[in-house]
Amino acid sequence: MEDLKVDLRNETTQFIIVRLGEEQYGIDIKYVDNIVRMQHITRVPKVQPYLKGVINLRGEVIPVMSIRVKMDLPVDEYTKATRIIILKLEQQGNIGIIVDEVKEVVTLENSQIEKVAYDSKEEKDYYIFAIGKYADGGLISLLDLNAVVLEKESV
Amino acid sequence: MDVSQYLEIFIDETKEHLQNLNTEILNLEQDSENVNTINEIFRAAHSLKGMAGTMGFKRMQTLTHDMENVFSEVRNGSIKVKGNMIDILFQCLDALEEYLNIIQETGDEGTNDNDPLVKQLNEVLNSKEGGEPAKKAAEPAKKAAANDADGQKWLSIKYDETQKHVLREAVAQGKHIFGLTVKVQEACILKAARAFLVFKALEDLGEVIISNPSVQDIEDEKFDLDFSLVFITESPLEKVIQVVKSVSEIEDAQGAAISDEKIKDIAGEVMPKEEPPAPEPETVTEKPAVEKQPPVPQAGTAKGNEKKNQVSKPAVNRTVRVDIEKLDVLMNLVSELIIAKNSLVSASVGDRGTNGGVNEHIEYLESVTTNLHESVMKVRMVPIESVVSKFPRMIRDLTKKLNKKMELYMSGEETELDRTVVDEIGDPLMHLLRNAADHGLESGEVRKAAGKPEAGSIFLDAYQDGNNVVIEVRDDGAGINVDEVREKAISKGVITPEQGENMTEQEITNLLFHAGFSTAKQVSDISGRGVGLDVVRSKIEALSGEVEVKSKMGVGSTWTIRLPLTLAIIQALMVDVGGEKYAISLGSIQTIEDITPDEIKTVQNKEVINLRGIVIPIIRLNGVLDIESKKNPEDNMTVVIVKKGDRLAGLVVDELMGQQEIVIKSLGRYITKCKIISGATILGDGEVALILDTNALF
Repeated sequence: MEDLKVDLRNETTQFIIVRLGEEQYGIDIKYVDNIVRMQHITRVPKVQPYLKGVINLRGEVIPVMSIRVKMDLPVDEYTKATRIIILKLEQQGNIGIIVDEVKEVVTLENSQIEKVAYDSKEEKDYYIFAIGKYADGGLISLLDLNAVVLEKESV
Repeated sequence: MDVSQYLEIFIDETKEHLQNLNTEILNLEQDSENVNTINEIFRAAHSLKGMAGTMGFKRMQTLTHDMENVFSEVRNGSIKVKGNMIDILFQCLDALEEYLNIIQETGDEGTNDNDPLVKQLNEVLNSKEGGEPAKKAAEPAKKAAANDADGQKWLSIKYDETQKHVLREAVAQGKHIFGLTVKVQEACILKAARAFLVFKALEDLGEVIISNPSVQDIEDEKFDLDFSLVFITESPLEKVIQVVKSVSEIEDAQGAAISDEKIKDIAGEVMPKEEPPAPEPETVTEKPAVEKQPPVPQAGTAKGNEKKNQVSKPAVNRTVRVDIEKLDVLMNLVSELIIAKNSLVSASVGDRGTNGGVNEHIEYLESVTTNLHESVMKVRMVPIESVVSKFPRMIRDLTKKLNKKMELYMSGEETELDRTVVDEIGDPLMHLLRNAADHGLESGEVRKAAGKPEAGSIFLDAYQDGNNVVIEVRDDGAGINVDEVREKAISKGVITPEQGENMTEQEITNLLFHAGFSTAKQVSDISGRGVGLDVVRSKIEALSGEVEVKSKMGVGSTWTIRLPLTLAIIQALMVDVGGEKYAISLGSIQTIEDITPDEIKTVQNKEVINLRGIVIPIIRLNGVLDIESKKNPEDNMTVVIVKKGDRLAGLVVDELMGQQEIVIKSLGRYITKCKIISGATILGDGEVALILDTNALF
């Protein structure tokens, strides 16, 4: 768990800002291997509903999951802006996640990152480990990739 | 000296030597007089000791040193091989293996001194004092036979006419004629170069008349560790030997003057060669090592023995150790080449006829990739010998532990399998063998009562069958008691009594593979902990193989393991189900049938067809894969008949798309829930198609 979170001793951390529906989320850039355009996803039968299937990324077969389904958001609508972010995780290997849009890369100082406790009742907050505060006062939710990728424990 | 970089090599080689020792000591138990076996053991033990010493593993060195002492006495004939000695030696090997395991894990040999073993070894050593004189008197020939013949190899040199002539002349001129055997250190890398230096040094002193092997062979490094030669010189023998030994990496040089009578014999052929005269007391031996010098052989038998030595020395496989990762990279490259070829194929389909030249190139590319694939696969293939060679030892231990007499017969050890498969197959095989020994074979009394030979037989046969490799473990024991299995299954709640009534014998036998099932009445530490056969099955299925059992009461049981030759690239049939593409391995397909909807009958709520007299269950793939079929249900159906062992099933697909060579890719660690998909492949157009695991559909 620990290694997937931002190491707070570092001075700054870079995040890729993505859009899911109306909200924006930050993904720690060190886990991002690649960002590819939406492409044909081969469905895999008999798997968890949020697993959309597999894609071919330069000869490698990579599973792709939908964060929207996992977070109980309305199902994905693929547009021109839709992207698959390929995450590189130590335990699970490479996994693609579908986002509505990739906005920008921001650099946050550690003092700008505030951890949140898991006391929120709301489902989607389960996947957030911290809130980033922009210098201009804006806020951004930072995704806990471990929670996103791991299979949800049945409640 | 920092030796850590050699640790891996050390571990590898030690394993090899230990395996070698295991096998040879087993041989020794069977045939305690075999000089070759004893020499082989001695050599392996000696190298082990040297390696352990170099790496600084003192305890391991001490133990091997004491073992070596015992072997050396055996070789000299002063100790006889006895049952309890073999036991002790095996215990030593186990202890060494333990050291090795600890070294592998921690890089250090641990702190176990194994004092009791060392003590036992020394007792064996001391026992020679009592037994020796009597034996000496009784069997002088054997003593000589066991002697170190290596140093006297020059005696077996044969001379042709010219050489005889030269010898006669040399005698006439009053020159000395010496026979020499030079031994190169085992660690020596450039043996040919060292030998060349020896020859060069000798030429300053005199003339080399003849050498064995020939000079040409020596230059080509076609000799083991020693070579012999006959040398004419005016210098004394001591000087000659000193010169030879001044060449570095020469372990030993032994020689003797060839006496006048001998020369006459050689030159004049007065006496038959089979009886060469003794090398005479003039023999000078020097050895830098601390080892005890073996006594001078009594020449009468020495020659015969060394001939035997040379003939039966096993040819050493010339191998190159290749990092498996490098092979994987090569394999991936080939895979991509095949994908590229496939995309060319699909590109050319679009403009067929207009582009005849492209097709030709494609065909060429196809043959190249196929050949490349085959040769890379071959690099990855290793004989299963590396796994099965440890089994005779295991059966021997089981014989003692279970107090049952049994013999293991193996065949097909040379059968080759993919390296990854060979590494994994050891445990399941060991399990089946243990099972056969423990449950399969009856005790001696029962066997006698049943009119069978008291010693049970276990057979391990491996052979290639088409695209599969089959490994069979067979015993001539009691067979599987179907009723007992049925009762047990019911009492364990695996099946209900009603189910038990309706099941065929074969189905009940297959229950043995069910998790948590063990019929042994007594729990032993050999098998019978109830975790056996289901583990065997899951392991073999993980290798895309299958395991079956057939048994006949009172006659024995046969366990058959079927494994695919290769795991990476297969021939597959591409099919369309509801607009999605799936691949089915060609190896599991029996036939393809066109069926009208009214041919499908329903038996016990299951759809079946009667195909040429055989009733085959029908599986609608669209149902299994959760997808709508795009076909009109009134139309004829395409049914792919697949087999799993003896069983058949018909898979209903929408459309056939053709045969293709596909590269198997894993779905990754993330997708594990889907049992019916064994992997994925990338098609020529870049799309991913899933590979159906037809075995999981049954």
